[in-house]
Amino acid sequence: MNAVDTRNREADGGPGLRAGHLPRLLPQRRGGGPASWEEHCARHGGLPVIGWDEGWRGQLMAEVGRSGLTGRGGAGFPTARKLRAVAAGRDAPVVIANGTEGEPASAKDKVLLAREPHLVLDGAVLAAQLVGARQAFVVVHEAVREIVDGAVAERKQGRRDGIRLKVMTGADRFVGGEASALVNWVGNGIPLPTVTPPRAAEHGLYGRPTLVQNVETLAHLALIARYGAAWFRSLGTAAEPGSMLVTLIGGVHRPGVYEIEIGRPVGEILALAGGPAVPLGALLVGGYFGTWAGPEAACPLPFSANGLSEVGASPGAGLIAALPTDSCGLAETARVARYLAGESAGQCGPCVFGLDAIAGALEDLAVGRSFRPDLLRRWTGQVEGRGACHHPDGAVRLIRSALRVFGAEIDRHAQGLCCGRRPLGVLPVPPRRQP
Amino acid sequence: MTTTGARLRVDPIACDGRGLCAEVLPELITLDDWGFPIIGDGEVPPGLMAAAGEAIRLCPLLALRRC
Repeated sequence: MNAVDTRNREADGGPGLRAGHLPRLLPQRRGGGPASWEEHCARHGGLPVIGWDEGWRGQLMAEVGRSGLTGRGGAGFPTARKLRAVAAGRDAPVVIANGTEGEPASAKDKVLLAREPHLVLDGAVLAAQLVGARQAFVVVHEAVREIVDGAVAERKQGRRDGIRLKVMTGADRFVGGEASALVNWVGNGIPLPTVTPPRAAEHGLYGRPTLVQNVETLAHLALIARYGAAWFRSLGTAAEPGSMLVTLIGGVHRPGVYEIEIGRPVGEILALAGGPAVPLGALLVGGYFGTWAGPEAACPLPFSANGLSEVGASPGAGLIAALPTDSCGLAETARVARYLAGESAGQCGPCVFGLDAIAGALEDLAVGRSFRPDLLRRWTGQVEGRGACHHPDGAVRLIRSALRVFGAEIDRHAQGLCCGRRPLGVLPVPPRRQP
Repeated sequence: MTTTGARLRVDPIACDGRGLCAEVLPELITLDDWGFPIIGDGEVPPGLMAAAGEAIRLCPLLALRRC
């Protein structure tokens, strides 16, 4: 029997979500704009009341553990383990909901916050109650700040969550969403990573145990509290249960954000967006810290950590970028590498100098100026694992996969040829920031 | 074989790439192409403990630590 009262009331026509069905996070609604508190409650019922009751907290914590929910921000860490680590701290914990989504290609957190802000706020309140925090910071991209402010105001008006919700705009840079950088931003207004350990879970904001959790993860948590672990596991694979949001960009008919069952084959996910609009040469899977893979190899694979490992990829933050055959993957990667080098926090030498050098070598390769894959291999090896955060490691993963997947293209570039027939920009990169 | 249980770690934010550590302890510390120290994962062998201590003391930015 479920420890949590699963309020799945489809039988009597009340609110509820059917087991084994999508959508969960992003329902079709008439009209645009965010779901109001009333619409939200009509669909899901009110927030289960946990308050400070130890019994309920223990039961819900166990339910989250059984659900197998993992972080949807990219790293995929088991949520229950993080909750328990933060709850075990000696000082009063704090919660930070991470909706910064600094990755230019990804939109899933913005879309979720713009359409279902209350689901995320429910999750932030529940997470705070679970770990024993009285305050939750909700840090969001500026594009959705107004909507989230509105949702928090709605909740304050009608009811009391018992948790103080403070909305903030994230720092507009790539590393701003990294856990230690986010803690530094909320606490000190500095959007730069700090040295770990100590991790935020032990010693985070104001030195307190801090739960930094992606907003999509919190939305799933809010559903698990209502419908239970068994319901959550009715989609996805046994090892990686549930659904997740993906952002599809590039050469598909309808780029956008889609909710998928984890383990759905990559090719079927592309079909959700109308399928390829042009012949595809490669897929970037996971994000700008992700992995290039050939479409023939990737399309049959389940979109899960286990399935994608066959091509050295992982779901990451849920990006799939479809590169047309007449776009140059090397040039696109060089452009992203230059962007990532510029987005280095500027604190660690190997990241500052290494990523800059690597981006330069890739640019040379992409325009046929010089041909030094040996240097690229040497430098990626020297940069990996040598920053305070994983920014250089993520960049290295992307670049190595490009050298692997676009090997034939490298040879053509060495002869002064390039496959690129379209302007760059399948992978979006914001304008260079002023130094 | 005796073990020291000592490992070296560099704080990459504090480190400025002065390179003294690699001069004092070349057996365990090399420099990358930009002059920043690369430190092996292994334990400091007993015969190098004195040199490791010297490298830690000499770092002008207190970036090299024992862990």
